[in-house]
Amino acid sequence: MPEMTYRDAINLALKEEMRRDQKVVVYGEDVALYEGAFKVTRGLLSEFGELRVRDCPISENTIVGVAVGAAMAGVRPVAELMTVNFALLAMDQIVNHMAKVRYMFGGQISVPMVVRMPGGGGSQLGAQHSQSLESYFMHCPGMLVAYPATPADAKGLLKSSIRTDNPVIFLEHELLYNSKGEVPEDPEYLVPFGKASIMRQGEAVTLIGYGRMSILCLQAAQLLEKEGVSCEVVDLRTLSPLDTETFLASVAKTGRAVVVEECWRNAGLGGDIASRIYERCFDTLLARVKRISGLDVPMPYSRKIEKICIPQAEGIVQGVRDLLNESY
Amino acid sequence: MAGNLRELLSEEELLKFYEQMVVCREFEESCAEQYSKGHITGFLHLYSGQEAVAVGCTAGLKQTDYVLSAYRDHAQAIVRGADPKRVMAELFGKATGICKGKGGSMHLFAPELNFMGGYAIVGGQFPIAVGLAWGSQLQEQDRITACFFGDGSMNQGTFHESLNWARLWDLPVLFICENNFYGIGTEVHRASAQAALHRRTCGYDIPSEKVDGMDVVAMYQATKRAAEWVRERQRPYFIEAVTYRFRGHSMSDPAKYRSSSEADVWKSRDPIPNLSRRLLEEGIADQARLDQINQAALAQVREAVRFAEDSPWPEDAEVWNDIYV
Repeated sequence: MPEMTYRDAINLALKEEMRRDQKVVVYGEDVALYEGAFKVTRGLLSEFGELRVRDCPISENTIVGVAVGAAMAGVRPVAELMTVNFALLAMDQIVNHMAKVRYMFGGQISVPMVVRMPGGGGSQLGAQHSQSLESYFMHCPGMLVAYPATPADAKGLLKSSIRTDNPVIFLEHELLYNSKGEVPEDPEYLVPFGKASIMRQGEAVTLIGYGRMSILCLQAAQLLEKEGVSCEVVDLRTLSPLDTETFLASVAKTGRAVVVEECWRNAGLGGDIASRIYERCFDTLLARVKRISGLDVPMPYSRKIEKICIPQAEGIVQGVRDLLNESY
Repeated sequence: MAGNLRELLSEEELLKFYEQMVVCREFEESCAEQYSKGHITGFLHLYSGQEAVAVGCTAGLKQTDYVLSAYRDHAQAIVRGADPKRVMAELFGKATGICKGKGGSMHLFAPELNFMGGYAIVGGQFPIAVGLAWGSQLQEQDRITACFFGDGSMNQGTFHESLNWARLWDLPVLFICENNFYGIGTEVHRASAQAALHRRTCGYDIPSEKVDGMDVVAMYQATKRAAEWVRERQRPYFIEAVTYRFRGHSMSDPAKYRSSSEADVWKSRDPIPNLSRRLLEEGIADQARLDQINQAALAQVREAVRFAEDSPWPEDAEVWNDIYV
């Protein structure tokens, strides 16, 4: 399998799906001529032309709404919002329209569309450009939410997102764009929704992550291995649907769980996952569920203090040590 | 509208206009009655007074064209061809409703009629209309998108975003503002810096016109002309239909913010008697024929109520259906 970056894997998925299906169109702010703010759409305009790859005005709510309408008309739009932070301008179309159309019209229409959004913190972009809003999207029924951690999953999940007839929020982490990994060449390589992956087998504790947090969990597991602690790492891959069974089975095996979330702790997805573990694994837990979260502050700019607001591998290591020192 | 009706339209077409307006009026007044009985619940926004807009505009469009509306959508759906029985059942929340009882008054939808929905977020349908028009253009379909909306929605960001986009990409969208002068209880000049609404499109290089929305023939002519313009040029156009709602914003609104004399002036311009008078004057129909149409409309609406009453409620398990494909 060739090795490629997360960015190139997404780019490849877009190209493969556009080649496969004429109905797939890509548009967004600066995706065509400029080839994307993060260069994810490089080469699309030259290959597919300006009818299928289009720059659009800076109008996030309308970007999403146009996708809803175009999907209803029978095309398969893949829209890019330049960053997830701008999704807040589009929350009306995302929550009130994209996620509701199928249900409120009694299933008479489906909305096959994808909204891709880079996000996450760690680049010193300040409070308005460093947010992790995955819990916002997970909270809303009617749409799927994908958040790949690896280049292979980025390709396979995006292809599944384009092919499903459901609306999809596709989250990408800006700090993962340059990360490398093996990616299957098969143009039919698809990663299904609702199927978490066990990135690493272990016995003592289950680390549950998604997106960049899964990569940090892997790093923490490698560090802990040197201390003789065997960690299992579960990468959720899709947040909606959430593969509860896979992480519950892992926690049932290890007896301990650390949930790592980049988003804010207050009402964050870690609370939801912890409650699912308590509801279903209470009898087998050997310790409380540990949450490692983004701090509940607007993101500061300064490198020194930004770092403490986002989970780090060292913090996960310490969290696991703390957990192992506790007992019921 | 001056001139002889016969020269503009056939007798059959004119009587159809009359019939459709009467059906819509009877339907809405019946809804008010069913609401007072507690059979219809939730928000209920009635269209009485505005019938000439839905009927005239729809006649000026092709059935293959897309139509979107807002939350005052019953007449828009029925004139498009939706079965009043299934619309009434939807308002009752019954399983036989046009959206299985999941949409309600504000979310009617009939894809087989290209009626692409009523939307209850003010201005929410603008981007969707633009997307539908883009979708049909991409697939080289001979189809325009008619987007109906109220005056209040023109102050939403989506209005400006969508008009800009529609002109920028040259999309076949016919924007039809139903200016009934009130965004809930706030009169147009208290919400819009430029109260001459059709003039607000000049910033987007979209041509526009103002039409008497109480005159069904005028609405028909303007829409037909505009729709052809949009179809030929693949560019957006804007119509401001000046109209009036005889009732409050919704059933929970007694409309105390406007004077009875103002409402009386508009009621004297009621599009239904307006048309019937002209039909009689020009000898297109006699009173017996109009009475017959009125009776048939009343019977049709009564049948719709009976159907809704007799229909079953949705099964509990239905709540889990239609979320995902």
